[in-house]
Amino acid sequence: MAVTVRLPTVLRPHANGQSRVDAEGGTVAEAVAWLVGRFPGIAPNLLAPDGSLHRFVNVYVNDEDVRYLQQMDTALADGDELSILPAVAGG
Amino acid sequence: MALYHSIDELIGGTPTLDVSGLSPNPSVRLYAKLEGHNPTGSVKDRVALAMIDRAEADGTLRPGSTIIEPSSGNTGIALAMIGRRRGYQVKIVLPGNVTDERRKMLAVFGAEIIASPSEQGSNGAVRRALELAEANPDWTMLYQYGNEANPDVHYRTTGPEIAADVPDITHFVAGLGTSGTLLGVGRYLKEHLDGVEVWAVEPPAGEQVEGLRSLDDGYVPPIFENWGGADLLDRKMIIRPRESIEATRLLADEGIFSGISGGAALAGARRAATRIDAGVIVFVVSDHGWKYLSVGTWTDDLEVAVENASGVIYF
Repeated sequence: MAVTVRLPTVLRPHANGQSRVDAEGGTVAEAVAWLVGRFPGIAPNLLAPDGSLHRFVNVYVNDEDVRYLQQMDTALADGDELSILPAVAGG
Repeated sequence: MALYHSIDELIGGTPTLDVSGLSPNPSVRLYAKLEGHNPTGSVKDRVALAMIDRAEADGTLRPGSTIIEPSSGNTGIALAMIGRRRGYQVKIVLPGNVTDERRKMLAVFGAEIIASPSEQGSNGAVRRALELAEANPDWTMLYQYGNEANPDVHYRTTGPEIAADVPDITHFVAGLGTSGTLLGVGRYLKEHLDGVEVWAVEPPAGEQVEGLRSLDDGYVPPIFENWGGADLLDRKMIIRPRESIEATRLLADEGIFSGISGGAALAGARRAATRIDAGVIVFVVSDHGWKYLSVGTWTDDLEVAVENASGVIYF
């Protein structure tokens, strides 16, 4: 599946300054692996040592947080948009 | 009508309005819980009162104490109002990128504003307030993000009010800021009613925050983890400024003068309504619209209003 990944400001220096990159994958995990394969500098910012998502990172598929879908196994369709964002408070 | 003897008695007990006319699904009813009806115009009056009462009871706050708190506005305004009546000095660490009305409301009740960098958003305000509290041990930080009284007051008041007014509720939708409303109401509804789903909406705040050095500067409120937020929520979704403003204007069609986060909650409720066959959705209108007049929420062209909203913290 061909998807678009929106990167937060803090990750852009590890992706040649790009705010959006194209990626491939049938699941979130595959798309993230694809992304990390192409831009290895992203990995320590995105993933915990055990390969799970960093605690302060939220990943969304079409604006839905994957932690409340099937997490890293959430399926992707052609044209889906992945957004990676730091967790931010309000109030 | 009734006669009251303290403004504290006017906090909570807010009305719920049937706005099913805004539902995109004729088999789904929509109800708005109107938290703007609290004295300072937001749901945060409940939280501020509960935190101050608890801190007085356990001796943390004493006559003449100074309160310091990070807030993007509403909690600060509520603390300022209650603090002024009870004789506390209130200092609010406020990010620079909030609407002018928030600063002016704080001034109404005499709070001191300590500015934190806009580019670090609410996370920067939290960090700065923690530093100031450590450097000034005689100041009291109530810390809405870590204070059990925050979700607890929603468990004790907001949740039961919703269950009593809408006993056939199937979905609860609210904005995610400190997570207090979602945790307290969500836990209460799940414990007392069958099959209620809890859906969180949030702005794309992480996109607006440009000043984080690394994702380690991200922030998850301690109460979210202590109350099992990840297990309690059924869905969490981003509602972007455009959809939030459009929905805020829709609420005006029903006579509701809502802040932008209430529009985001309606947008989330409408999205939920399109994904279920039938149901009853209660969403929270967290504050009144007064604080969003200066950013043209209803009066500017949509494009301009969206641009303005994208530059301020409205959750």
